[in-house]
Amino acid sequence: MTPQPNALEIADLVMHFGPVRAVDGVSLTIPRGRVTALVGESGSGKSTVGRCVVRLVEPTAGTVRIAGTDVTHLSRRRLRPHRGAVSIVFQDPAASLDPRMLVGEIVAEPLRLAGKRISRRDRDARVAPQLERVGLRAEVARRYPHELSGGQRQRVSIARALISEPMLLIADEPTSALDVSVQASVLNLLADLQRDIGFACLFITHDLSAVEYLADDIAVMYLGQLVETGSRERIFARPAHPYTQALLSAAPVADPVRQRHRQPVLLGDDLPSALDPPSGCRFRTRCPLAFDRCATEVPAQTAIGDGMAACHLVRPDGTGPDVRTADPSEVLS
Amino acid sequence: MTTASAPVLEIRDLSVSFPTETGTVSAVDGVSLDLAAGEIVGMVGESGCGKSVTAMSIAGLLPGSARVTGSVRLDGTQLVGARESALRRVRGREIAYIFQEPMTSLNPVLTVGRQIGEVLQVHERMSRRAARARAVELLTLVGIPSAAQRVDGYPHQLSGGMRQRVMIAMAVACGPKVLVADEPTTALDVTVQAGILHVLRDLRDRLGTSVLIITHDLGVIADIADRVVVMYAGRVVEQAPVDDLFAHPRHRYTAGLLSASPQPGRHAGTDRLTEIPGLVPVLASQPDACTFADRCPAADERCRTAAPPLEGIGGADHVAACWYPCTTAPTAAQEANR
Ligand SMILES: Nc1ncnc2c1ncn2[C@@H]1O[C@H](COP(=O)(O)OP(=O)(O)OP(=O)(O)O)[C@@H](O)[C@H]1O
Ligand SMILES: Nc1ncnc2c1ncn2[C@@H]1O[C@H](COP(=O)(O)OP(=O)(O)O)[C@@H](O)[C@H]1O
Ligand code: SF4
Ligand code: SF4
Ligand SMILES: [Mg+2]
Ligand SMILES: [Mg+2]
Repeated sequence: MTPQPNALEIADLVMHFGPVRAVDGVSLTIPRGRVTALVGESGSGKSTVGRCVVRLVEPTAGTVRIAGTDVTHLSRRRLRPHRGAVSIVFQDPAASLDPRMLVGEIVAEPLRLAGKRISRRDRDARVAPQLERVGLRAEVARRYPHELSGGQRQRVSIARALISEPMLLIADEPTSALDVSVQASVLNLLADLQRDIGFACLFITHDLSAVEYLADDIAVMYLGQLVETGSRERIFARPAHPYTQALLSAAPVADPVRQRHRQPVLLGDDLPSALDPPSGCRFRTRCPLAFDRCATEVPAQTAIGDGMAACHLVRPDGTGPDVRTADPSEVLS
Repeated sequence: MTTASAPVLEIRDLSVSFPTETGTVSAVDGVSLDLAAGEIVGMVGESGCGKSVTAMSIAGLLPGSARVTGSVRLDGTQLVGARESALRRVRGREIAYIFQEPMTSLNPVLTVGRQIGEVLQVHERMSRRAARARAVELLTLVGIPSAAQRVDGYPHQLSGGMRQRVMIAMAVACGPKVLVADEPTTALDVTVQAGILHVLRDLRDRLGTSVLIITHDLGVIADIADRVVVMYAGRVVEQAPVDDLFAHPRHRYTAGLLSASPQPGRHAGTDRLTEIPGLVPVLASQPDACTFADRCPAADERCRTAAPPLEGIGGADHVAACWYPCTTAPTAAQEANR
């Protein structure tokens, strides 16, 4: 039996927009049916990775394989047969849905783009179960996006993304523009659909509580590069990279009693620019543990289980200091 | 938090409506709340529920078309209906604001030092030189490194977090009694947010400033607030000290909100989030009903025909407007603590 190819394999992905080094050497694999969360600050390049995968932009270098097929440089026409294999849901459902199209037309659009000619009757018959699957009544097909709430519009984008039965779903901040009371239903929906249909998912977000809820694996991005990858359990229990540790310590938990006992690691907030990233380790300008070598030498990736961390202080066995407890002067002595 | 002294800010039965082409919209409907000296009150609620309108009405920042009724007293002085000249003196000196996007409130062509300095020259009649020196002190106070150099920089040279620190420095320049922070960290990354929340807490501790912080993030509330005000569709539906609110939410909306948030240690494989069904209502449009009735699992005829009053439940410092308040069933947060 030949092993099934992974849903997504990204190798050494580079995406430069002129002088902006948005993505600078990212390698990431998502096996079939698994959810990988991509987290990091705004501007770190998360959305750009997603846009390269769905080929909204053509990468500067590196490769993107979807279900084993190299799609990195396929022309529009040659990309078409593979279009259905990967879909994307964007952050702002209001901006990503064409206001002049009926919901039914929006949901069916991927079929049209894939070059399938279908009658109206067929289209309606295909759309109705999609809407039902995302918890919307079939009548919604005859409405316009502006007649729906934010949560409903996000359901419409999810229905559109899933109509082609993709193997891989890119969800770029799917709940960030929604009200808190509505976010839960969209997270539940994604979890249910993912379990039932079994698509793999690249879940891009900055909401760490949603990451813990939905993800199997986590990839942490900083200034165009991955600094750590690993299973959800390992990353939350034993984050190895100082940035991951700081990120987890800074996200407040919605529980005042617990929150009072937590000490966020305060990083300086002078974020370096993707135009001119720092030499050596890109996190060094904010890292509480930075030392001489960090400025001159790019840290290698140390394997930790199925994942890795890229920091000089992580030892070959995957252990290292924790910025949440370490006194910087002791770590280096 | 029960404080013996009179509140610094006392809002009573504040209502705000706007005339529009399709009739009058009521954005805020009978809001009452107090802010004690040195207290941090967090206000939560969904988009459009009236948080910003409430905040802006405190110091008369709403457009002229707004109809504001009720009472806002700052140290006993009535601000609703006060003259514009009197309000101008109050703004900046006694009540200062910071907003979500600092760049739009900073002047791009003036150095940071000049902008802070101008506030001091106008309100405190300081000389230009003294104002600049004070600006450096203020920048240091809000945690800007090498403030003596940064003071001559321009806003575009600063990161989002730094700009928000500059805004805070400007806001506290004249030692206001009240700082109103409307979503001050929403546009920032969590690592930067942690620093800003730290600065706000530090200002309260050092200067005794009272803070009203508006957010939709329950984590931010849990982190910084002493007391919480929950708004829904233009009304205050619950108010309580922070621990009490998270441990024993009484209003059904508050309870729903708390159990809808993913909790640390929970995963979709074993757990489902509790959903709040239905749509977020736009405005307080039902004078004779609970505004949450359409979405509430416990709603009955009474809820749809009479608006529940905001009443003390389990002590005067915990109030909720609900005919059938939750009993002490444990919340998801409590479960997680076990
Ligand atoms: N100038 C205005 N004219 C008409 N309606 C207004 C005006 N300003 C605000 N509103 C309405 O008043 C209501 C409350 O708005 P407000 O800005 O206070 O919401 P909010 O709770 O701050 O929401 P968000 O979380 O999105 O900031 C909204 O329905 C809004 O559309
Ligand atoms: N089309 C573009 N042209 C120029 N710069 C871009 C473009 N798209 C993204 N960038 C830049 O690339 C970097 C990464 O952006 P993005 O992938 O959107 O980050 P994230 O999704 O992590 O917030 C940012 O500095 C951003 O300004
Ligand atoms: S390599 Fe150096 S600067 Fe980078 S994370 Fe590790 S200790 Fe910090
Ligand atoms: S008053 Fe009735 S509808 Fe409103 S929250 Fe309470 S139980 Fe629900
Ligand atoms: Mg993005
Ligand atoms: Mg607002």
